[in-house]
Formats: sequence, structure tokens, C-alpha cells
Amino acid sequence: MSEVLLEMRNITKTFPGVKALDRVSLQVVPHEIHALVGENGAGKSTLMNVLSGVYPYGTYEGDILLEGQVCSFKDIRQSEEKGIVIIHQELALVPYLSIAENIFLGNETAKNGVINWHTTVQRTSELLKKVGLKENPNTLVKDIGVGKQQLVEIAKALSKNVKLLILDEPTAALNENDSQNLLDLLLELRKQGITSILISHKLNEVVRVANSITIIRDGMTIETLKVGIDDINEDRIIKGMVGRDMTHRFPERKPKIGEVIFEVKNWNAYHPLNEERQISKDININVRKGEIVGIAGLMGAGRTELAMGVFGKSYGKRISGTVMKNGQKIDTGTVSKAIKNGIAYLSEDRKASGLVLIKDIRFNVTLANLGDVSQKGVIDNYKESQAATEFRKKFSIKTPSIFQKTINLSGGNQQKVVLSKWIFAKPDILILDEPTRGIDVGAKYEIYGIINELAADGKGVIVISSEMPELLGMCDRIYVMDEGQICGELMREEASQEAIMKMILRSRGRDN
Amino acid sequence: MDQIRRFVKQNLKQNAMYVALIIIIVFFQINTKGVLLQPQNVNNLILQNSYVLVLAMGMMFVIISGYVDLSVGSIVAIIGAIGGWLMVTMKMPTVPAILILLVLGIAIGAFHGVFIAYMRIPPFIVTLAGMLLFRGLTMVILGGRTLTPYPKLYEGISNGFVGDLLKIEGINGTAIIFTALLIIGAAFRVFQRRIQQKKYELEPPRLIWDILKILLSALFIGFIGYSLAKYKGIPVVLVLIGVLFAVYNFIAAKTVLGRRVYAMGGNEKAARLSGINTKRMMFTVYTNMGFMAAIAGIVFSARLNAATPKAGNGFELDAIAACFIGGASASGGIGTVMGAIIGALVMGVINNGMSIMGIGIDWQQAIKGLVLLAAVAFDVLTKESND
Repeated sequence: MSEVLLEMRNITKTFPGVKALDRVSLQVVPHEIHALVGENGAGKSTLMNVLSGVYPYGTYEGDILLEGQVCSFKDIRQSEEKGIVIIHQELALVPYLSIAENIFLGNETAKNGVINWHTTVQRTSELLKKVGLKENPNTLVKDIGVGKQQLVEIAKALSKNVKLLILDEPTAALNENDSQNLLDLLLELRKQGITSILISHKLNEVVRVANSITIIRDGMTIETLKVGIDDINEDRIIKGMVGRDMTHRFPERKPKIGEVIFEVKNWNAYHPLNEERQISKDININVRKGEIVGIAGLMGAGRTELAMGVFGKSYGKRISGTVMKNGQKIDTGTVSKAIKNGIAYLSEDRKASGLVLIKDIRFNVTLANLGDVSQKGVIDNYKESQAATEFRKKFSIKTPSIFQKTINLSGGNQQKVVLSKWIFAKPDILILDEPTRGIDVGAKYEIYGIINELAADGKGVIVISSEMPELLGMCDRIYVMDEGQICGELMREEASQEAIMKMILRSRGRDN
Repeated sequence: MDQIRRFVKQNLKQNAMYVALIIIIVFFQINTKGVLLQPQNVNNLILQNSYVLVLAMGMMFVIISGYVDLSVGSIVAIIGAIGGWLMVTMKMPTVPAILILLVLGIAIGAFHGVFIAYMRIPPFIVTLAGMLLFRGLTMVILGGRTLTPYPKLYEGISNGFVGDLLKIEGINGTAIIFTALLIIGAAFRVFQRRIQQKKYELEPPRLIWDILKILLSALFIGFIGYSLAKYKGIPVVLVLIGVLFAVYNFIAAKTVLGRRVYAMGGNEKAARLSGINTKRMMFTVYTNMGFMAAIAGIVFSARLNAATPKAGNGFELDAIAACFIGGASASGGIGTVMGAIIGALVMGVINNGMSIMGIGIDWQQAIKGLVLLAAVAFDVLTKESND
């Protein structure tokens, strides 16, 4: 075997008007986990698409060498034949097929088109054992969690005799626990001789598992760090990614906390499809003016369900409980009532439920408060444009104009548009669900700044996040939630990742 | 060079349907040896397509909301049949009968709306059921017979003309006045838009383009107006279409209501979480479609001056095709009322032109299918190259 498994040499890829990659080079040696980091839009995905043949040979400049041989992939199939398998951020599983069917989809063990189910299931069991997933091969994919689905994807890759496994943000949708499992699996696979490229925004994970780290910025390779040779820490990586020193990942803030502005009392709700299952159990929380309150918890703890239940009964059945604002009971039974009463909910998935992607910035900014830009039901285009322009300037949304479709914006700018929409609705309480999910370090910092400003304006802010450092860095107070209940509350001073995990584990112990 | 190419590309995309319409008109004008644009035929074109124009305007909102309504052809039929029963069999006066028919259309639309919005049955299924149900009921009401004639006033909706104000020999003065007003209005709109664009700190297109635009629309409007003036003047039904266009175009482009329909079609979940009552919007859209189908039913039966069991057969498909040719997106959220009009005219000119050329109904159908496919394929391709 050669010294280098994969070498990408001076890859240049241009799109009309943009140079997405500019002489990027990447060297991956056998049996390593090679992390690829960079801000959104830095060119990581483009590079991987070049590698896997999504952008076929001839549409880019430069060479790809696999085990010393020049490769000229015309499509994904050809790169897969060579053992390069890519697992995308958005999983490519068919929910209504079983695990076994999914693993062998497109690669069925069949004779003359007739599938041999016996071998299929048998081989699936072996693969599942390899990835440490204890599920029946005949279970439908829709019935297992995202974490397990990720494992199925890896099993699928293994079934193809993978030499080089590429994982694009594999833990983006996973909770802490599942993420740890996945990373452990990567380490285990490395021992078995599988080389992988890991694309991730979560630098702590990168530092934990990677043997080498290549940093890409603006379509160029900045540097490759090697474990054992270079001194590796998160700050150094961030510096490379953003091109400047980020001594503070969270902007400075002096909290000015006032009276209680918002309370949820004795909140109970049940699952919309399974009415026996309680998704919110006797929840009592409050927020003060100018306070940023976090809700921590593992995936499936019931945080989003709680927020959506409070916000216009948008999720759940048999909902009971009271919502108070400034000590007065308010009606939040429909979304429009909730908005009228000064509540805003920024959803966790901006593409699926936050933006109307095919419409422009202006359309999206005013959507939740058309009343302010219209008279007797007729929209005043000028007022509307003014509002959108104001937010564009205030949040420095990077776009040629407010008439740009939001689908063409980067993740960070999209998030700024959704935030603008909710701030334009003039709320007193903002519930922000995963406000920085999938956006790059620079944009995160800006979003944190906006959140701090909201608090400084005397609004009550609730932040739901799966990234604990974010909660620890931003919040004055953190509620810990698990299995639909609040299992603890931590003030800023006492909060730490360990303390939060302890609370969750303790609450589980009490239940069992 | 690159700039010019980009400019042409962008403008072609925006104005593709106008260009297509002009190409088709020129094509048939040549191939029918000038018959297509003769005054009488221009008049015919409008009358022949009046009900499709009405249906397409209503259908545009349904398509923007993300779905289609298959029942409109059958609603056209049953409105004609009940109208026949009321006015021909029962001898009811025209005005109350029309009011009843309109209310009936609204009721049918609301009936669909309840199942779609509040019981969450897919619109395709609900309106498919409606299509069968109301076609069947039409046959029950008519019992296989044709009811005719309607009262004169009713028939006049589709076959009447607006009276002449000027009484000039050989030409209709009202039509000339209206045409002139329309042209001035169109020019005014273009300049108003320029002023607005400056206000929004946007760069307006070069003045020459806007002037060209005004000249082209003046030519278009002027020609139609002149043709109508040379024939019998402005058809009553054109006034009706004009009013409906003005109202629905305003709703789509300018009102909160229209905005909500676009938002719902663009992303229903995001719309709901922005405080839009998507159920009520859905209900409204289908109820309105029933209303528009009733108007189309009245226009169509008045034009035939008869209620027949086969009335409106396949109209839903013409209306849907018109919307897609006019630039609507099959996944919802995109489309304009003007697009529906242009799309319907494209279909209408093709029908009419081929009839004049003596092409059989069989080939007409096939060619219309290809045009629809080509229009949508063009749309998809230009969108892709834009990414």
C-alpha cells in the first residue's frame, strides 16, 4: 500500500462568476480520520462533490489520485466502485423500507432480479453488529431514531467495501449521546482499517477523534494540522477558519434582569398521534425581562414539543396549562393569538418551517406581521421594503438586494432573515429553537450579538439548543429537560456540561 | 457581451410567456393567411375563450396554494343545467336566477373546501369526487335532454356588446375610447413602476426598454381595441373579464389575503407558524374557485344559449394547463393572474388557429399537450440554469 491513500492536487472548481475552489490540495493517509473544517461556503462540500464524482471529471481542474492512480470519476457510481463512499448530511434513507432493504438498496443481493432475502438479512445482521446497532434488520427505518439511522447509513457504506468513508456533518442532528457513540464507532472502524474524512462544525468532536485536520477558507487550503506534530486546540482551528482571532466566542454582555415577564404553568401535553404518550409533564418555567434562559436536554427531551405547544398549540394534543405574561393570563391557543400576545417562536428547522424559500427577503421579513405594512388588507409596498431594508442593514444580511430569494442565501443569512421576521413581529418573548444550527462560526457570533441585543431591550429570551457550550456561553439561567419534564434548573455560575448531564442522569435514575 | 447575454436571459425568463404568445400569434397569422387577426376572428377569440379565462384566474389561486381543482368542468355543467331548469323550465327571471347560481357555485366550492381544509382530505381526491358527483347530478337534472333557450338578458352576457357612445359610421366609438384609456393607463403604470424602483433604491431598466414595453403593449391593446371597434364593439363578457382581472390581480399582488395564499403555497408549515390560518385560507381558495366556476358556467351556457349534459367537459384541464403555461409552479407559491390570462390566450390562439387551418380536433388535442409540456420544460430549464 502506498504512503498516501488519497491525494487531491490543486483542485480548482469554478461556477459561473464564483471560484468555489482555488487550488485546494488534500492528502489523506491510510487508517486515519481526516477532519475537514471550514465555515459554511468555504468549499468543503464542493470539494467532496468533486471527489465523489457529483461534479464529473472534466468540470474541474487538478488531479485526484487514489492509491497513486489518477481517477476520473464521471458519477457517484464510479467513485463508489473504487471504495469512496459519501454519507451526506441529509440522510438518504427510504423511511418506509426496512433497515435491510435500505442497506442493500441499489446493490441488492439478487439473482436474475429476484432478491435473496435470506442472505440480505443475514448480511445485514453482520453489518449491524459491526456498527453496534442492536435492531432487527426488518425494522422500518422510520421507526428508529436519527442516531440509529446514521448508523444504518454507515452500515450501508460498509456493505460496499468502503476504503474511504466521507461523513458530512454526521452529528449535526444527533444528541450528545448518539454523537459520542458515532465518534466511538469511527475510532473503532479506524482500527479495522477504514479511513475516513470527517466534515464537522463541532470542533470538540474534531479535536477528539481526528488524526489530521485540514482547514479550508474561501475555497483555499489554509493548513493541515497533524496530531503529534502540531499543537491542536479549538482556538487555533477557529483562527484558521475565520482568519482572525476569536478570543471570545460569545459577545460580551452585562445582563440587566428585571421582573418576571413570562410564565408557563402546569403545562401538560400528549403526543398528537399517540395520545397515551405524554410529551410535556407538569412543566413550570419562567423568564424575566432582559433574561436569556436556556433549555438544555438530549434529543427527544421534549423541548421543541413544549415550545410549539405553548406557541399556538402547534404540536401535541390534550394540552393543558396556563401561560402568563406580566402576571396576566394570556391566550396562546392559536399561532396568531400567540403572536398578538407578544410571543415569537423561531423554529428549529429554518428551511422546512421557517422560511418561504422561493420568496424574497422582503416577503419573508414581513410575513408574521403583515398588519404593520398594510392598511385595510392592502399591502404598502414601500413600507414593506423599508422594513426589510432596515433589517438588512441592521443585521448586515449579505445579499445584493431585499428582492433576493431566500433560497439563494447562505445558512447564516437565512437565519438572520427568520430572526428579522420575528423581531418585526414585535414580540416581548422570543423562543429561539436551535438558533445557530448548521451555520458557521462567524455568523453564529453575529446571531449571539442579536440575541444579546434583544435581551438588552428588555425582552425575555428562551434559547433551546443542543450545543451545550452555546447555552453555557449565552444563558443567565438554564432549565434542564428530560423525557418531557423539567428535571433541574441551574444559574449561570453553577452551570457546566457535567452538571447538566448529571441532572439528566439523576432524573432517569429516579424514574427507573 | 456577458452583460448583454445575462440581461437577455433574465428578461427572456421574465417575459417568456409574452414572447411565446407573440410567436404563436405570428405563426398562425402567417399560416391562416391573415384570418387569425381579422376583426371578426379577434372577437371570436375572446368569446370562445371567455370561460377558460375566468376559470384560469380562479385556478391560479388554487395552483398557487399548491394543488389543483379537477371539479370545475363539472361545476360549469351543473350551473348551466340548474340555470336552465330555473329559467327555461321554471321561467324564473334572469337576475334572481343568476344570483342563485352564484350562491350555488360558492356553496359547491365551500363543500369542497370543508373536506379539504378541515377534514384534511387531499384536494386531488375531493375535487375528483366533485368532478364525478356534479357531472352525474347534471345528467340527473337534465335527464339527457338539452334545455334551451335562455332569456334574452341571460344570453346577452356572452353574446351582447356594449352600446356605442359616439355613433361614428363604420367604427364603434366606445371601443375606441376604452382602448385609448387602457393604453394611457398601461403607460402610466410603467412609469409609476420606474418611480417606485428608484424609491426602493433599485436600478430601473433602461428607459428605452420601458418605452419599448409601452409601445408593444400599446400596439397589442390598440390592435385588439381597433379590431373590436371595427366589428361590433366591446363584448359584454370582455368587460366582465376585465373587472375580474382587475380585482383578482389586485388581490394577488397587493393584499394581505393574496400574500397569505402565496406563503401557504410556498411553505405551508412556515406560513402556519407565522400565524396564518392555513385551514381558512385553503377553504377560501376552494370556495372562490366554486364562485369563479359558477361565473364560467353562466358565461358558457349563455354563449351556447343552452344547458347540455356535456357542457364543460375537460375545462378543468384547459384551466390548469393555462396556469402552467402562464408560469405557475406545480409545487405552489408561484404564479400570477396575468400569467393565467396569457396562458389561456396561448391555448386559445392555438385552438382557434388550428381550427382555421382545418386541423382536426384529434391533432389539436395532441399539439396542445406538446405545447403544455414545452412550456413547463422551458420554465424548468431556465430555472435550473439560474442556479
